[in-house]
Amino acid sequence: MKVHITVNGVPADADVEPRLLLVHYLRDVLGLTATNVGCDTTSCGACTVLLDGESVKSCTVLAVAADGTEVTTMEGLSASPEELHPVAAAFRQEHGLQCGFCTPGMVMAAVGLLHENPRPTEREVREGLEGNLCRCTGYHNIVRAVLRASGQDPDAADEAAPDLVAPGFSTGSSA
Amino acid sequence: MIPAEFDYVRPESVDAAVALLGERGDDASVLAGGHSLLPLMKLRFAVPELLIDIGRLEELQYVRLDGDEIAIGAGTRHSTLETSELLHTECPLLPAVARTVGDPQVRHRGTLGGSLAHADPASDLPAAALALDATVVLLGPRGERRVPSTDFYTGVFSSVKEPDELLVEVRVPRTGAAGWAYEKFTRRANDWAIVAVAVVDGRVGLVNMGPTPLRASATEAALARGASIAEAAALADQDTDPPADLAGTKEYRRHLARLLTRRALTTAHDR
Amino acid sequence: MSIMGTRVVRTEDPVFLTRGGTYTADLALPGALHLTLVRSPVAHARITSVDVAEARSAPGVIDVVTGAEVDLEPVKPAPVGHDAMLRPFLATDKVRFVGEPVVAVLTEQAYQGPDAAELVAVDYDPLPAVVDVRDAARDDVLVFQEAGTNTVFGFGLDEPFDEHLFDGCDAVVTAELVNQRLAAAPLETRAAAAQWGDDGRLTLWCSTQNPQASRDEVAGWLGVEPARLRVIAPDVGGGFGAKIGADPEFALVGWLAKRVGRAVRWSETRSENMTGMLQGRAQRQTVTIGGTRDGRVLAYRLDVLADAGAYPRLGAFLPYFTRSMAPAVYDIPRVESRARIVATTTTSTGAYRGAGRPEATAAIERAMDLFAVEIGMDPVEVRRRNLIPPDAFPFTTKGKVTYDSGEYAKALDRVLDAADYAELRAEQAARRERGDPVQLGIGVSAFVEITTGGAFAEDATVEVHPDGTVTVLTGTSPHGQGHATAWAMLASEQLGVPVEMITVKHGDTDLVPRGAGTMGSRSLQIGGVAVHQAAVELVEIARRRAADVLEAAVDDLEVADGAVRVRGTEVSVPLGRLAESEPLRTEARFDSGAPSFPFGAHLAVVEVDVESGKAVVVRIVTVDDAGPVLNPLIAEGQRHGGIAQGIAQALFEEVVFDPDGNPLTASFADYGFPSAAELPAFTLLDMATPTHLNPLGVKGIGEAGTIGATPAVQSAVVDAVAHLGVRHIDMPATPLRVWEAIQAARKSGESS
Repeated sequence: MKVHITVNGVPADADVEPRLLLVHYLRDVLGLTATNVGCDTTSCGACTVLLDGESVKSCTVLAVAADGTEVTTMEGLSASPEELHPVAAAFRQEHGLQCGFCTPGMVMAAVGLLHENPRPTEREVREGLEGNLCRCTGYHNIVRAVLRASGQDPDAADEAAPDLVAPGFSTGSSA
Repeated sequence: MIPAEFDYVRPESVDAAVALLGERGDDASVLAGGHSLLPLMKLRFAVPELLIDIGRLEELQYVRLDGDEIAIGAGTRHSTLETSELLHTECPLLPAVARTVGDPQVRHRGTLGGSLAHADPASDLPAAALALDATVVLLGPRGERRVPSTDFYTGVFSSVKEPDELLVEVRVPRTGAAGWAYEKFTRRANDWAIVAVAVVDGRVGLVNMGPTPLRASATEAALARGASIAEAAALADQDTDPPADLAGTKEYRRHLARLLTRRALTTAHDR
Repeated sequence: MSIMGTRVVRTEDPVFLTRGGTYTADLALPGALHLTLVRSPVAHARITSVDVAEARSAPGVIDVVTGAEVDLEPVKPAPVGHDAMLRPFLATDKVRFVGEPVVAVLTEQAYQGPDAAELVAVDYDPLPAVVDVRDAARDDVLVFQEAGTNTVFGFGLDEPFDEHLFDGCDAVVTAELVNQRLAAAPLETRAAAAQWGDDGRLTLWCSTQNPQASRDEVAGWLGVEPARLRVIAPDVGGGFGAKIGADPEFALVGWLAKRVGRAVRWSETRSENMTGMLQGRAQRQTVTIGGTRDGRVLAYRLDVLADAGAYPRLGAFLPYFTRSMAPAVYDIPRVESRARIVATTTTSTGAYRGAGRPEATAAIERAMDLFAVEIGMDPVEVRRRNLIPPDAFPFTTKGKVTYDSGEYAKALDRVLDAADYAELRAEQAARRERGDPVQLGIGVSAFVEITTGGAFAEDATVEVHPDGTVTVLTGTSPHGQGHATAWAMLASEQLGVPVEMITVKHGDTDLVPRGAGTMGSRSLQIGGVAVHQAAVELVEIARRRAADVLEAAVDDLEVADGAVRVRGTEVSVPLGRLAESEPLRTEARFDSGAPSFPFGAHLAVVEVDVESGKAVVVRIVTVDDAGPVLNPLIAEGQRHGGIAQGIAQALFEEVVFDPDGNPLTASFADYGFPSAAELPAFTLLDMATPTHLNPLGVKGIGEAGTIGATPAVQSAVVDAVAHLGVRHIDMPATPLRVWEAIQAARKSGESS
């Protein structure tokens, strides 16, 4: 079946099986492999992209059902690695990623969340990301990253902020 | 992870969809938001030969006042219900329940009609519809029929909807200022309810206490004859047949039904 | 200014946040065939027939291979165990767990695989399953007839328990504990891809924590010299111990690629992962603790019955660490332990964050709490009276290991102080007084753990290029731990070259032929120290070369800002210049020769709705002391991840099989992996007690969080309902379990 989907601003036509999942269209047909598959029960959110501006799990959307829509993946977010989108920049600053596998979906879910709720509380961030699983970070720094991206100070939200200086080595700071 | 092969068609109108169902209803499934159907298809528990995609029909996407009811198009997304100002004013139970379905990504796709048609006794919206005394509107080759939600469900994943019928609309009462509450008990926020209770205007709907969503009729009758919340709630698990699984034994679910009913009735009363 | 101890954001991140990581399933391998495995739907059965005729003619099918056609010998991937318990690459006569691979299907396109796999018809003649380790230990149903027993291995089984161990104790408590089976559940499932070159060498990409060990293992399984294999670990999406070494599926992918003469790739689904990937913990424990009424513990006994699953793997060895760490942070005069590991018709077990040590800590912490209740003493006070004192180190324990350094009481005091323990107890008392439906529980754990995973040596290479950039080669294999940034910091500290100009390479066995990988919290204390050493040696070489170039005395020269400079002057030569005529490069190997022992204390505060049994962690205050911290940002991240997994074990997760061996939690919908909504923010306190085992004084931080958090949270939940008569709740403390414990206590309270 013919589909016309605009991905990261680039319109494209393709001929696909009806059963082709949007996530596989992005990964295998377009070669945009940032979006990952982490489960098979629509639980983990690693496949999250924006579809017409709203966060969706691309493993549970058929490419044919996305015909005529605009899709944004993490590859379409930042101008370059040197000019990260504010949400991506906040993830870096707060160390909100470790192995990186959940990250594209997490970042896109965060972008979607902030579209709908530009200044969420910590609780709203946690509930807003309940569809995105991460095994590495324990979510602590992901939540900080989203709060920072929303223009709020994550330390203010975190009533018992950890010491910022590591004992044992010289004190110092870095960017 | 990969569905079996199927054909796919996106009819341009409700009438076209109904006509298709008339021809192919036995081996076709309707695709709205896809978040009940596609997970089943990916695990190959459902293998329809044809998918009829109604997810983009704007004809089915609306929330509007219609006399003393609110008419909601079956294709209305959960996220729309969640944020509808009309519903917040006129039927606040519904957006509150919609808000608990899955996660934000799921709610951007899932639809009210899809959820009711899927008829999962562990889902939130079917029990809410029951508590609201909602009406389900079906359209088929034989015309339109309106089914009270209390007559709609027949068993796990089954309803009176025929294979050649399309669920096109859900009609809920304007409950306005009547007390309401939704108590959903889960382990994780994103889980299906172990048990949940929807209360509105003296009616009580139960999630996951049997093969269909149920009304706690004994509780309702007790309330109607002036029993206290505690007394009425203690009857909430009467005539139920809860499942037993890792999340709960039958006995535990019965206890939760009574507990959550008491809490929901208290919240509703205090509004 | 020193970069050590500073919060350097990761150099890896710009790529991860734009193009994304390149995991094995992302590799571009044009023309590679897709492998789909047909797996057993039953736990234990004889295979009576396999019919692949219809599958062979399905669209896109290039080959369908049964076990009979695989000419590789079954293997014994476990470091210990019965020689008759071997794992075939594809099952031949029997299957022994749900999910065991039986038939391999190769298709041109990925989507064709499941279609063809559905057409494979396998007849199974069911055999009785054996799931509970207690049943397995009775040897009624044997997983391997040829072995004549289900016992895979034992530690200390030949030494009978001393019936006088508890003589002189005023109070003795015994309890049966379950340290439940967990799924590692990294977000990236297992994946591998194989391509044979014209030179007869195999390139194998796989999602592993140890590329070099995987090369050696797979080479052995394929019957080729390791030099003929090149293993590349691309970006790896989490491992947590379950990706240590290679899985037999990786070798099968290589073998299939040879057979069909084309590249083959494999990427399992999550459902396959939840039965196919190694699982963790799975111990039943009997603890006995005895001591005096004034809180002195005199004796402790730990009896472990551990589950190896169907085909013994690393999990069969891990109770060794449980025994070593049995006495934990306590100075107990008499300690004995033993462990029996048995096979069952379930998924094989392996390492999972902590790998044998969380089990030891959870057991003794539960025992300490039960002892405290028995003698009517505050559980914190009981701990205090038994901690190994700070002046006792190095301290050789009854577990026969020597702890390097520790300040256990200080760690405990730090968390108690930060959490305002007295205030919490007062709040708890007030809620109990009022009979609030939401009660408060406080749980405290003190812990120590053993790190390095027994791999004490690591190699590193540091090279400065003529353009002034630096390459570091390391034998560690990060999969989220940030070594590219951290090792760059270590090199930067010595060379004065900014981290942005330092590239750290790892994971390719042709580039780094020797290495022990990343596991057991070993990387910084062994691999990082090797980098440090190499950089220090490079500085020496650079100074000597510069002495010639600058015609100065070596002693007058220092390295700073990427150049060698005559101290106190502007006279200098850039490091890159010194690399122009001959390479400026060192290799170093560091061998610490011994494990190190990070330690700490966690205090968990939970709220329990006693009407429903639901427990929520509202606060967790932690000390995880692994010595000096190189990069606090990264170290904190490691602690966060461990704490989350520790909480998850206490409250949410469990792999469950029914009595027929069918998995009941084999998807992310059913398995209790928590989201951000289930967890609080974590409070991390700083404490750094160095070790003498390496020049940086560092230990390993990766697993401590898991080890400390689990018992603290379990203890807190029990504590929350202790006033209702509850003494113990097994993990995970689900709402159902907590509610049932309350009901049971109520009933026995009514009858007494």
